[in-house]
Amino acid sequence: MKLLTGNDLPTGDVIWWTGSGWSRHIEDAGDVADRGEAIGRAEESVQHVTGPYVIDAKITADGPRPAHIKDRIRALGPTVRPDLTLKPADPEAGSWVI
Amino acid sequence: MYKYDQYDQQMVDNRVEEFRDQVKRRLSGQITEDQFKPLRLMNGLYLQLHAYMLRVAIPYGTLDSRQMRMLAHIARKYDRDYGHFTTRQNLQFNWIKLEDTPDILAELATVEMHAIQTSGNCIRNISSDQYAGAAADEVADPRVWAELLRQWSTFHPEFSYLPRKFKIAVIASGEDRAAMRLHDIGIQLVERDGVLGGKIFVGGGMGRTPMIAHEIRDFVTADDLLSYVEACLRVYNRYGRRDNIYKARIKILLHEIGADAYREQVEQEFAHVKALGIDPPKAEFDRIAAMFAPPAFEADAPTELDRSDPDFALWLDQNVKPHKQAGYAIVNISLKPTGGIPGDATSAQIDLMADLAERYSFDELRITHAQNVVLPHVRSADLHAIWQRLDEAGLAPANLDLISDIIACPGLDYCSLANARSIPLAQKITERYSDPAKQRDIGELKLKISGCINACGHHHAGHIGILGVDKKGTENYQLLLGGSGAEDVSLGKITGPGFDEDGVVDAIERVTDKYLVVREDGERFIDTYRRVGMAPFKEAIYG
Ligand code: HEM
Ligand code: SF4
Repeated sequence: MKLLTGNDLPTGDVIWWTGSGWSRHIEDAGDVADRGEAIGRAEESVQHVTGPYVIDAKITADGPRPAHIKDRIRALGPTVRPDLTLKPADPEAGSWVI
Repeated sequence: MYKYDQYDQQMVDNRVEEFRDQVKRRLSGQITEDQFKPLRLMNGLYLQLHAYMLRVAIPYGTLDSRQMRMLAHIARKYDRDYGHFTTRQNLQFNWIKLEDTPDILAELATVEMHAIQTSGNCIRNISSDQYAGAAADEVADPRVWAELLRQWSTFHPEFSYLPRKFKIAVIASGEDRAAMRLHDIGIQLVERDGVLGGKIFVGGGMGRTPMIAHEIRDFVTADDLLSYVEACLRVYNRYGRRDNIYKARIKILLHEIGADAYREQVEQEFAHVKALGIDPPKAEFDRIAAMFAPPAFEADAPTELDRSDPDFALWLDQNVKPHKQAGYAIVNISLKPTGGIPGDATSAQIDLMADLAERYSFDELRITHAQNVVLPHVRSADLHAIWQRLDEAGLAPANLDLISDIIACPGLDYCSLANARSIPLAQKITERYSDPAKQRDIGELKLKISGCINACGHHHAGHIGILGVDKKGTENYQLLLGGSGAEDVSLGKITGPGFDEDGVVDAIERVTDKYLVVREDGERFIDTYRRVGMAPFKEAIYG
């Protein structure tokens, strides 16, 4: 599957395209198939997102999982500060990345 | 310490308001990201892996407690309660919001700080020796010239759009604590027949094509220094490759035309520039120099120390350096605890360091290129009290220049250019070598890690260096041996095939084990490596 991601313009937060809007949680992301770039361009022009790009991912029991480690780190947060990630209560969260 | 005059303050304040307007226009959609990006970069604001990152300039790594407290305040109010000290003596905040940035810059401006020239193809923040003004071995305070260069370079119209970013370091000691010869221009102040001047080195740098700077002039009098540097920049600005980003640095120009041809051009240009009279009039120079006048040291400060506490004694031996003034010392605060993130400090720790500087070090702090903090002028009699406060705050690892005093760039945990993570490696290595006795047995060993070829973690200059690469989508680490950023400057060589994360930690242990076997009396790791070469280590690593 393909996901569309980027950063929220005013805050810089990593965001994921859900199909109808943006979420900070990759669990909410939806497959954009081959429409990702067009959606990204449109969203960029209405100020929601900066630097949108399309990535490869696959569906797992925990939801979508990016193919590349860089996007897994973006989805989670820094692997060296579990307290700053989106899963601060999960000490094993780092293992999701690798 | 240099204090802004009304022009300095006005320039910085104007810039904040200009940026406020630019941000407003970006947020309302009047300008696109393509139009906005160069504007935000001119104000030190990057978009990184997770959020915006703000790089705050700390000229030649010197700041006072008011400025240090402001950094803590910003970390607390606008970021996630910590800051990251970098190898260019700056500070980076990792979780900044675009909409807050004008307010942050306005707050910084109230304490004479900004983020100008921390990005872009201009002359970047000038770096210097963190012991400037305190070291016994310096011929002058190098910050006077660093400050002069800062004033000359800030908003210099001719050098605001160079072919590539440009880094200058100034030192004034034989011991190079600033990696001077790995800068585009390195200046070493020296004295000759009672006259102060500078040795000029040009064309150093790391990154994709690491090079050691060439000596271009063995002496230019201090009065002519600015003209000479201007001539160096002009020649680069004229001939530097703008067509190819990989060939745009001055090191490539020198490599392509040769140091002699470059020198000839510079000498010709220098003759022109000298006639323009850009070197400061004596009164202006004296005004700047006066701001770096030595603090009011006590003439008869006691020199004896109670070393009866063994932990304190260890810290004294490792982290405290002699001062030029009897009864005083230089304190190095290590930001490298076992398992920690090199260069990170919490707001509370930053505040504590500010408090200690105010109370015990004439209100001065320094940031080092090894991502540590220095209290430059401390009475020996106060060392024990300082150590206790630091220890309570987790700021007293006694590991300066040992294997756990690792330089590491943010790597793939924060940086959008990275190929691999750097910080987890630093954490694993410090855990592997957590026994302080073992670290001291190994002795001076500079270990440096970068998460990609840009070399922000100085891996080329590590006695042991690690470079993260991408191998078919997984993190892989190349090991290098034999680099140095000090006066015995050299570039490391790759040992052979790379490793995974655990593999590289094992390989390093095999290297240090081998060293402990083959070293001779008094040798540091780098000395042994230079004597025996790569082969024994390679065999130990790969079998
Ligand atoms: C996270 C944002 C960062 C980005 C996007 C970034 C980007 C870069 C790039 C592209 C280069 C190569 C330029 C060249 O030499 O051609 C570079 C070099 C360098 N960076 Fe960074 N960097 C970042 C963070 C850091 C940090 C945190 C440090 C310090 C720990 C640092 C210190 C350096 C140094 C010292 C060099 C110069 C290497 C040399 O001498 O050539 N950078 N950086
Ligand atoms: S070396 Fe590479 S990974 Fe590390 S901070 Fe620099 S650009 Fe990022």
